[in-house]
Amino acid sequence: MSLDIVQMVLVTVLAAATPLILAGIGELVVERSGVLNLGVEGMMVLGAAAGFAVAAWTGSTGLGALGGAGAGLLLAALFGLLTVVLAANQVASGLALTILGLGLSGLVGAGYVGMKRDPAPHLDLPGLTDLPGIGRLLFGHDAFVYAALLLVAGVWWFLWRTRAGLTLRAIGDDHAATHALGLKVRKVRFLAVLFGGACAGLAGAYLSLAYTPFWAPAMTAGRGWIALALVVFASWRPLRVAAGALLFGGATVLQLHAQAAGLGLPGQLLSAVPYLATILALVLLSLGRRRGGSLAPAALGRVFAPSR
Amino acid sequence: MGSIVTRLAGALLCAAVAAGPARAADKLKVGFVYVGPVADYGYSYQHDLSRKALAEALPGAVETTFLENVPEADSERAIEKLARSGAGLIFTTSFGFMEPTLKVAKKFPTVKFEHATGYKRAGNVSTYSARFYEGRYVCGKIAGKLSKSGTVGYIASFPIPEVVSGINAFMLGAQSVNPDIKLKIVWVNTWFDPGKEAEAAKALLAQGADILTQHTDSAAPLQEAEKAGKLAFGQSSDQYRFAPKAQLTSIVDDWNGYVIQEARAVLDGTWKSHDSWGGIKDGMVVLAPFTNMPDDVKALAEETKQGIVAGRIHPFEGPVLKQDGSVAVKAGERAPDPMILGMNWYVKGIDDRLTQ
Amino acid sequence: MRLDLLPRARRSRRLDLLAPALAFLAAVLIGGIAVAALGVPPGQAFLTYFVAPLSEVWSLQEVALKAAPLALIATGLAFCYRANLWNIGAEGQYVAGGLAGGWVAVAAHGSQGPTAWILPAMLLAGTCAGIAYAMIPALLRVRLGVSEILTSLMLVYVAQLLLDYMVRGPLRDPQGYNFPQSVSFDDAARLPLLMAGESLHAGVLIGLVGIGLAALVLTRTLFGFEVRTVGASPRAARFAGFSDARLTLAVFAISGGAAGLAGICEVAGRIGQLQPEISPGYGFTAIIVAFLGRLSPPGILLAALVIALTTIGGEGAQIDLKLPLDLTRAFQGLLLGLVLGADVLTRYHVRIVPGGAGAKGIP
Repeated sequence: MSLDIVQMVLVTVLAAATPLILAGIGELVVERSGVLNLGVEGMMVLGAAAGFAVAAWTGSTGLGALGGAGAGLLLAALFGLLTVVLAANQVASGLALTILGLGLSGLVGAGYVGMKRDPAPHLDLPGLTDLPGIGRLLFGHDAFVYAALLLVAGVWWFLWRTRAGLTLRAIGDDHAATHALGLKVRKVRFLAVLFGGACAGLAGAYLSLAYTPFWAPAMTAGRGWIALALVVFASWRPLRVAAGALLFGGATVLQLHAQAAGLGLPGQLLSAVPYLATILALVLLSLGRRRGGSLAPAALGRVFAPSR
Repeated sequence: MGSIVTRLAGALLCAAVAAGPARAADKLKVGFVYVGPVADYGYSYQHDLSRKALAEALPGAVETTFLENVPEADSERAIEKLARSGAGLIFTTSFGFMEPTLKVAKKFPTVKFEHATGYKRAGNVSTYSARFYEGRYVCGKIAGKLSKSGTVGYIASFPIPEVVSGINAFMLGAQSVNPDIKLKIVWVNTWFDPGKEAEAAKALLAQGADILTQHTDSAAPLQEAEKAGKLAFGQSSDQYRFAPKAQLTSIVDDWNGYVIQEARAVLDGTWKSHDSWGGIKDGMVVLAPFTNMPDDVKALAEETKQGIVAGRIHPFEGPVLKQDGSVAVKAGERAPDPMILGMNWYVKGIDDRLTQ
Repeated sequence: MRLDLLPRARRSRRLDLLAPALAFLAAVLIGGIAVAALGVPPGQAFLTYFVAPLSEVWSLQEVALKAAPLALIATGLAFCYRANLWNIGAEGQYVAGGLAGGWVAVAAHGSQGPTAWILPAMLLAGTCAGIAYAMIPALLRVRLGVSEILTSLMLVYVAQLLLDYMVRGPLRDPQGYNFPQSVSFDDAARLPLLMAGESLHAGVLIGLVGIGLAALVLTRTLFGFEVRTVGASPRAARFAGFSDARLTLAVFAISGGAAGLAGICEVAGRIGQLQPEISPGYGFTAIIVAFLGRLSPPGILLAALVIALTTIGGEGAQIDLKLPLDLTRAFQGLLLGLVLGADVLTRYHVRIVPGGAGAKGIP
């Protein structure tokens, strides 16, 4: 393989990983605060529909991205109301959110079927983007890709270098104790849920505005679920979410390349590779880790109802 | 739990008295069952266009209705629901609906059923499909002429005969103008996943394909080709607006004529169970305008199309050799329909392997 | 303003029924407004959604047929969720069960000699395959500490692709023009119909028996007590000497077995052959059903019936009122959310405290 093909593959992998990174990093913050939101797919697909609708209406991709994030945020607010304020079961509420999001996205997007927009513009720095071998990889993406990477760095910095991040993690580990210390458990969790929703919505908008710039029903095709899995896979660490997304995207893209190169294996087996690889990686990770002690936020998924 | 059982039993009894045969309506009710959303801008969308065309063509005489996004495992209920709601003619538009269609048809002998792409019929069940491979043969000729790299990328969904015969027809068309043409095939195991289709398109482009064709439903591969400054063929509907600089033509399913004709037959009382397999000649397979190609290629494509319509050209005209070199169709003969309908082998020159 | 939740000493019996009813009312109200906005009289929509499916023998059977697999899978899942184990891969276990049981049917197709063994063997194979498939995430969790959420979900996709491969390859009907489907099962490999000429089949009874058994195990046995204790108080369970590993394997086996059984019942009942898709998402919907039913078998049965009812009513709304499927989905999501939210009333005294944290909304 020539250097150019390698670069092209890597560019594709990064683009394929971007929606997973965006949705995954948002969900990571949610789960770090102790809330499990399984509704990522629903928020994502609504973000895709709303993002496209806003962009088509205003003519601006940027506003479309904001619209997508806003739609995800609104749907997440509903989830927050149910689970954080009313202490409803998180798993079931998340699944309900998925159904609601799928339905709403169809209603929102109905008027935009068969419409096309130009994809979000890619960075083009004279001289730099044309550098052989690495130019496109470093300097040739659209704004979503850079935003996703910045977001990973930002979340890492927030969680491990700020007081607010420490508070959020502490709440995710023990809501009773942190509540007793006077920390605002429900407020922090609600904000985390909103952040996760905005990220998922943005991930959806990336799909309908940049990756494949049109709206089609259920176009997220299960990426929200993959993002959820990635958070666990990454043992709730931001940098590993990015790494996992690249691994998963890489496995998907490489199996397509393997087919194009004429490997002659059953397509079903190759399509299963990314899922099997994820399980395998997980097993290897836990073999390498010392036994004892889960890495999950201790209060994850558990209901918190302050009684004072 | 006990109370639910008694309630159910009670309701069953009450309803047994009330339920009679479906009421006869003044207008012919025509029902459609779609496997995907009508908004897919592909297969189900095209079928829904025919439903709308029917409503427009026979406004006083028919009333149309549909169920979308019906999973195979739920289809028996959906079809029966349409039959019970008084439909006199029901189109079940996906292969996976075959057995459920037959089962419901047995229960409702006076309702007429039309099943797309299947092969089992009954007294009140017809089958219909389109000879998509004719369109693919034309596309193959265009690709063979236009490919500079000599490599064409093919994004395939599932290895069923319709897809395999499409690949073969495309390859035979391409080989007829460029014997050394290479075909790279990627199976994506989905009919519709824009993201994955785009990834497959990128992989094929990266590996040297300069023309793409697809047997999946979204416009994503076309858009990838457009972005890369390459060429591609559309699928199911005319997708020109998605890629005005890349689309060469598109193989459009046009069910309008057939759907209207069958509804008329039911209204006239002349409907009979039959199998129709229409091609370009019947207007069931339509090629979108030839664009983004020089005039001589356009002329060749037009000539091939006319040849197929006139019966001068048949995509599977012998000699056709299988991958291993054995003869599938002898020189001077044409592949019979059953062979095309059940095709599970590649023609010589394709270096992918089919799952058996 | 601040919202305080004080746990009730006991769930309120009255509110147990009132809360979901209120939620239902609210959902119908919101749905009615949406429907009216689309130009359809809300009253008519209500009749189509909720009354019409209950007014015909045929559609009542359809409700039962749709609810049975949901309730069976959800009952199995309730064991896992009560023990705080997150098996979200029931869809995969369902597919594994359908595939293994269907395989038996295909192998026995057209065989001469006695046929009485075929159906029991299919049901057994389906159940065992479901159990075996659930053992993968269970063992990975017990032995290696791998999160079962991720592995069980990933294995769903693997099972679906495996089924896809089998029906396009080894199990394909040789006379089927190479279409992706197996032969149609012989009558001996089909679950019998309960009433001739109707669609209700014995799978519904199997489901009911399964749910009844599960209810007995959960409430009347030591094992059931163990499951409930672990869920309510993991520490107490540890003191009582219950083994985490054994319990994990057991509840996964139950939920996998139930899903596998549901899978083969659907394949041997309604479908009658193997095909690339044998589930309209039962394994995932069952998760919602389990929680809507508050993880108790009678509640689950009711919840499954409600979900089945709205699905079938939604089809009627598409046909008779031309209401889009997306509206039905959005309504289902809304209804579920409201029921879950209203549940708060049954478990807590809700107190609104004015002032307090000021105008910040949520404390």
